Amino acid sequence: MSTTSYTSRPGRSFIALLLIFIALGASVFIQGATEVRLGLDLRGGTSVILQPRISAGQEGKVTNESIDQAVTIIRQRVNSLGVAESEVVAQGSGTNRQILISVPGESGERVVELVGQTAELRFRQVLATGGAVEVPAPAPAPAPAATPSGSTSKLSKSAPYFADPAPIVTPKASTPEPAPAPASTPESTPESDAQAQAVAAAGELLSQQFAALDCTKEESTRGGGGDSPELPLVTCDRDGSARYVLGPAEVLGTQVKNASAAIDQEGSGGWFVSLDFNKEGSGQFSAVTQRVVSLTAPQNQVAIVLDGLVVSAPRIISAITGGSAQITGDFTQQEASDLANVLKYGSLPLAFDRGEIQQVSPTLGTDQLRAGLLAGGLGLILVVIYSLLYYRALGLVTVGSLALAALMLYLTVAVLGENIGFTLTLAGIAGAIVAIGITADSFIIYFERLRDEIREGRSLRSAVEMGWQRARRTIIISDIVSLIAALLLYIFAIGNVRGFAFALGLTTVIDLIIVFLFTKPIITVMANLKFFREGHPMSGLNAHKVPGATFAAKNEKGSN
Amino acid sequence: MSAKLSFGDRLYRGEKSFNFIENRRRWYGLSAFLIITSSLALGLQGLHLGIEFKGGSEFIVNKAGVSVPDARAAMSKANVPGEPIIQTIGSDKVRIQTGVLTSVESSRVADVLSSTFSVAKNEIDTRLVGPSWGEEITRKALTALAVFLLVIIIFLSIAFEPKMAVAAIIALFHDVWITVGIYSLIGFEVTPATVIGFLTILGYSLYDTVVVFDKVRENTRGIAGGSRLTYSAAANLAVNQTLVRSINTSVVALLPVGSILFIGTGVLGAGPLKDLSLALFIGLIVGTYSSIFVATPFLAAMREREPAMKALSKRVNARTGKSDVGAAAVATAASTATGERGPRNQPKRKKAKKRK
Repeated sequence: MSTTSYTSRPGRSFIALLLIFIALGASVFIQGATEVRLGLDLRGGTSVILQPRISAGQEGKVTNESIDQAVTIIRQRVNSLGVAESEVVAQGSGTNRQILISVPGESGERVVELVGQTAELRFRQVLATGGAVEVPAPAPAPAPAATPSGSTSKLSKSAPYFADPAPIVTPKASTPEPAPAPASTPESTPESDAQAQAVAAAGELLSQQFAALDCTKEESTRGGGGDSPELPLVTCDRDGSARYVLGPAEVLGTQVKNASAAIDQEGSGGWFVSLDFNKEGSGQFSAVTQRVVSLTAPQNQVAIVLDGLVVSAPRIISAITGGSAQITGDFTQQEASDLANVLKYGSLPLAFDRGEIQQVSPTLGTDQLRAGLLAGGLGLILVVIYSLLYYRALGLVTVGSLALAALMLYLTVAVLGENIGFTLTLAGIAGAIVAIGITADSFIIYFERLRDEIREGRSLRSAVEMGWQRARRTIIISDIVSLIAALLLYIFAIGNVRGFAFALGLTTVIDLIIVFLFTKPIITVMANLKFFREGHPMSGLNAHKVPGATFAAKNEKGSN
Repeated sequence: MSAKLSFGDRLYRGEKSFNFIENRRRWYGLSAFLIITSSLALGLQGLHLGIEFKGGSEFIVNKAGVSVPDARAAMSKANVPGEPIIQTIGSDKVRIQTGVLTSVESSRVADVLSSTFSVAKNEIDTRLVGPSWGEEITRKALTALAVFLLVIIIFLSIAFEPKMAVAAIIALFHDVWITVGIYSLIGFEVTPATVIGFLTILGYSLYDTVVVFDKVRENTRGIAGGSRLTYSAAANLAVNQTLVRSINTSVVALLPVGSILFIGTGVLGAGPLKDLSLALFIGLIVGTYSSIFVATPFLAAMREREPAMKALSKRVNARTGKSDVGAAAVATAASTATGERGPRNQPKRKKAKKRK
């Protein structure tokens, strides 16, 4: 088709474009992602942004690791609300990371409360344990102390125990009691006063709660904290596989100085967790261990409770007085490091300031969505009208290109929403609307170039190619500038700005695709039409050549 | 020859030409005036910062017929520290802003508002902003700005030339400073959405400048070897030749932004849409102005200091006589440009010309 040396194959471009649309359309169709995911500001909900509080000398504490840990803990809490599509994510980079929590719907205040809580890791003595559900059959006796078994087999795999690290480090002589067998010391039941008192204090209420608790139910293992440290607690473990009656908190998470997972170099080669308490914690932990070490199972266990759920309940096999302890059990590396993280960070690893809390009612959300779409529609129509008035028939190309760009944007946002959780926010809509201008500008640059070439006396077909060569460069450079702006905003900015930057960047890329694969090729095709070739006044290409221009064009003007 | 020549035709030929560069002192004066006014406004009056920057709480009650005194009475019942700022938004909303509240206090305010005006609690839009949040946003925006400038200077230096990068950045500061100054002067509220707007102006201002500079570069390629056209005249021709594009682009960019501004203000009342679009609206106008009246003249002034360009000016002036730099030089410019690529394409064109 080329009478010019510039190989322009509009057919190929159209096919490429068609393939892009088919690919997008197919993934939308296959994944059923026909809906664009809307941000909370467009459908109502609560968002909270937490920023790590960096106090003097603590700068080093804000690490990716600690932020990730905080995200995990907060996510657990937020999930306890049971609201679908809640999100807890970290954003930003390095010490500038924030945690963004978004919960759709109407549970605003609870979100704020939950997220505001800190320090929920506690050590509590186990008073009784049981299987996930109360088995109705054997004993009506709900007395917790009397039902120690039930889940022994379940617990045995992870039946860890607290050990004093000292005896293990020194030759094993002093600890001739390594047997992790659960039925270790079956002594008489009415053992200690403390236990009796605890059980008495717990009383009927605890027994009933214990009996009624069903750990197989999802809401039982949501945790969420709110347990009072002074009172006993009836709860499940995190897996929902066992029930516990626990005494009041004896040691707090804040009293744990450090915890880490390590592998036993000399012995079995198994993983264990070592932890250090601060001074206060050492004393309290020492007191607990001395008190419970001689009790029967399960009352010789000390539960590690995070946000109201039991993470682990190691047995105490000796009084640990040195302020350091090891938790040994049949751990995998993953389990050991998870447990160490819980101990280390269980009380949120960092103090957070509430940067911004925003609660948008569904009404306002709908209003904003409507206004955003209305503004977009109006803007588009105005641009279309202007293009048609100024560029006449060429304006139709603008209209077609914008329509395709809009369709591609919709499909892309739907696909991204499904696959990477991209949500369209008000700022995103604004970014897209602003991009209408930038997209239309690419066409304007090209059209003006085209007219310039005609003014220099080129035939339309040659002008289409020469003009494109020059316009292409301008379009690419200016779009790169736009992309750099979008990218940097996305990397450095926070909150809404990122949504805006993403939309801006996305539309800029779409602009490039459309200009290259649609606008230019369609102009090439149109250049073969008589209407345009002859510079019909309505064609938008009725530029007048400069009289003395080098090209002696016989572009008969006003031939009609 | 038939027909009227369009505005664009005449600009292209140089028949119609605006002496943007020759008259640059006039525009510099205008810009200097705007910048000084902006600086004064910022210095004396500062910016009207939204609660996002100061920290504070905001409650919007979505109910028609709630008056400011009603809301004030309700707020006194809630008994929270500080004097609330209360205003109605549109016809069916009232907005109450207070200082930083604890979560207990804010929940009390929501309760009181909910019971007083009998609206469901989740129909009250709230926003609580910690006192250090604004610093955080500002710090990040400034980091983004610094990195952006660095990257752009490098990119433009490679894509164009270092002096163009400098001129583009100066135009950019010009735009942002004046836009911020206008905000200060009029007392528009500055919110994070406004900051997004300011940051976008950076991108847009450069985008616009880049298009003009691309033409300048084309017109001035190899110019030092000739004697027909000074750098300034060639640059001026470029501005004139891209003028139609500049105007069209600005109009096309302003139309959607204007419609966000219109809808955002008219339908939603105050809010992020309005804040963003207002900043953009002002910034786009300033940005278009600067790429025509500031960036290119400044670039020309810098280039004219180069020895090669000085020599060129001398030759051109000797040839044409000083006065006529405008039209005559411009007319030759077109043929210079064409002559350069004409022969290469001429034969092909003849083939192409074979029409019906």
